[in-house]
Amino acid sequence: MSTTIIWTIAIIALLGLVLAVVLYLVAERFKVVEDPRIDEVEKVMPGANCGGCGFAGCRAFADAAVKAPNLDNNYCPVGGNEVMKKVAAILGYEIKEKAPMVAVVRCNGSCEARPRINDYDGYASCRVKAALYSGDTGCSFGCLGCGDCVAACQFGAISMDPATGLPVVDQEKCTACGACAKACPKGIIELRPKGPRGMRMYVSCVNKEKGPAVKQACANACIGCGICQKTCQHEAVVVENNVAYIDPAKCKLCRECEAMCPTGAIHGVNFPKPLDKDAIKARIKERNAKAAEAAKAAAAAKAEEPKKEEA
Amino acid sequence: MSRRTFSMGGVHPADNKISRDCKIEVLPIPDTVYIHLGQHIGAPAKPIVAVGDKVKVGQPIAEPGGFVSAYIHSSVSGTVKSIAPRKDLAGNPQMCIEIAVEGDEWMEGIDTSDTIVTDFPDDAKTSLEKIKAAGIVGLGGATFPTHVKLMPPPGKKCDMLIINGCECEPYLTSDFRTLLEKGEQVAIGAAIIKNVLGVDKATIAIEDNKPEAIKHMNEVLTNLRKLSSKYAGISVMSLMKKYPEGGEKQLIDAVMHRQVKSGGLPIDVGAVVQNVATALAVYDAVQKNKPIVDNSVTVTGECFPKQANLLVRVGTPLKYIIDYLGGMPADAVKVISGGPMMGKAIANLDAATLKGTSALLFLTAKQTARGKEGNCIRCGKCAEACPMGLEPFLLNRLSRAGGMLDELEKNAVQDCIECGCCLYSCPANIPLLDVIRQSKAQVMGVIKARAAAAAAAKK
Repeated sequence: MSTTIIWTIAIIALLGLVLAVVLYLVAERFKVVEDPRIDEVEKVMPGANCGGCGFAGCRAFADAAVKAPNLDNNYCPVGGNEVMKKVAAILGYEIKEKAPMVAVVRCNGSCEARPRINDYDGYASCRVKAALYSGDTGCSFGCLGCGDCVAACQFGAISMDPATGLPVVDQEKCTACGACAKACPKGIIELRPKGPRGMRMYVSCVNKEKGPAVKQACANACIGCGICQKTCQHEAVVVENNVAYIDPAKCKLCRECEAMCPTGAIHGVNFPKPLDKDAIKARIKERNAKAAEAAKAAAAAKAEEPKKEEA
Repeated sequence: MSRRTFSMGGVHPADNKISRDCKIEVLPIPDTVYIHLGQHIGAPAKPIVAVGDKVKVGQPIAEPGGFVSAYIHSSVSGTVKSIAPRKDLAGNPQMCIEIAVEGDEWMEGIDTSDTIVTDFPDDAKTSLEKIKAAGIVGLGGATFPTHVKLMPPPGKKCDMLIINGCECEPYLTSDFRTLLEKGEQVAIGAAIIKNVLGVDKATIAIEDNKPEAIKHMNEVLTNLRKLSSKYAGISVMSLMKKYPEGGEKQLIDAVMHRQVKSGGLPIDVGAVVQNVATALAVYDAVQKNKPIVDNSVTVTGECFPKQANLLVRVGTPLKYIIDYLGGMPADAVKVISGGPMMGKAIANLDAATLKGTSALLFLTAKQTARGKEGNCIRCGKCAEACPMGLEPFLLNRLSRAGGMLDELEKNAVQDCIECGCCLYSCPANIPLLDVIRQSKAQVMGVIKARAAAAAAAKK
């Protein structure tokens, strides 16, 4: 009886040993050499696997970052500069710091401002709706209101406001991964720099039609009148195809365009004080008067110059 | 004798051809017409007139903007008021030529008489040039430029021309009326197209819910054959009424028992299909030098006070047509351009008709009500109904999952003809076509981009 037990243990032990050696040899033979830094980089990534960087997920990003000669083309918008610094430290690269971005909805055609002219009873998806027709309002550029962007956001940062029928971005939760911008068939969501202390200016309209047609469809739309472009002292506002656009790199956040906009299509957010339109308008008036005076004086001086020559 | 039809799928919606006894009536010319530059599939045409120019009926006002594109002619005589974007039937702004009507003066050389000219030129090239110059596009709905279709790519041979007189969509009767009232012209048009293609056989396919049309066309052809040997080889074929018989690939299957494979063209199996209205337009172009300036439109619907088949100038405002027939009925909630199965709801009644506008259909709230969407119980009715042999329930799930374009392509979503049989047959009211249509568009985009990249790599 006892010999049976001994034999059994011995055979199993021997079998285990032989198989272990085989397994060891096979593992050595077919070993996949992987850069250990990929694991390290993956560990510091946010782990959202959102695809905002352009890769399939965080691991794919880590793999690409390790293989790339520098980090210029690889940036994790969700983790931002903080995560990228850690990645750079692991890989021994330097990074170009980027301003944090946020998704901005460039349509402010609320139910009130943009009356519905027909009823849509098809499948509730912006993409489906956009493929069929221009939408249930007179504006063929604006928000369709079915919430494809809400469904696309993994971070719960976008919600539909039932009062306006427009999506609202929670700027604390938004990671600027860009999923909403891709989901929107009308292309009204733009990633813009968050701005100093969150202060930023943008034109909340993308309608390229001419003024009268736009006005008929929506009271809040940009009519392309160009007052903002004339007002701006920093060449930050450009009106192209009947719609204004503010270049965030040039904007000095003076809010003059916002005060002058006749339809309220220009929005400034996170400013500590509410917009004092009258004060800004008075300031612009004064500046224009001064400029006119200076121009007058210059013209007068020019007129006098040839006289002197004649004399 | 068994009734011929296509082999796969199909549904039997109620016929509702309530305007079938209304003769084609000429609609008075409106005060202003709005002619869109995107009248056809392919590149929009380029305007060749300027604001303030005087134009006559039949004068070319826009030239083709690419290979797949067509001429556009003024449908009225008058002054060009503006060339600017205007909202089309779907509400999207599109370039449009506005012409204020003054009188009704036709271009020189256009024969406006009713005499039927039976003798046509033997030279295929002359006819093809005339077809191109007349801006003829497929009037069955797809508005594909006809001259492109009549030039088969080298190496492809056409065995049979099929003239599509099925009109399988419920409510529509304009092709039926055309066959009855202008049968001779259609037959001569068919003979001209047959001559251009150089084929021996042509078939005018008509569904058997239109026995009058079948009888009339047989008589017409018997008479024509006595006149000239050019009319030999054209016959009439009666097909079993089933939707979507008028679909190009379904019709080829029904008439020739040949199937076009996925991604292929009808010419791959030796077929060219042209609509009855297109054949009529070809007759007008070649025999009468008359370009497409008008087309017949069925105006119908149970709630509409007056059923009609109207001969409408291209670019006539919809409101003008509706007012002519007694105004918008109070209980109509949806106006559809085309038939109830494949037509599109009109978002903008200020828009004007196009060359391809075949009908205006008025439906009530009860007729258009959508049932509450339920869950898919995998009954398979949609797959059974699909005339292309697809699996709509699967395509629906893949489309809704998002980002599954590869899988969708493998399951041939690009072959969908958007006939709506799946949606019609679904007992759970799932908006199958709505969902599939947009994923088809996405997959088509991917396929086109891939082809463009391959072409660029070759260069």
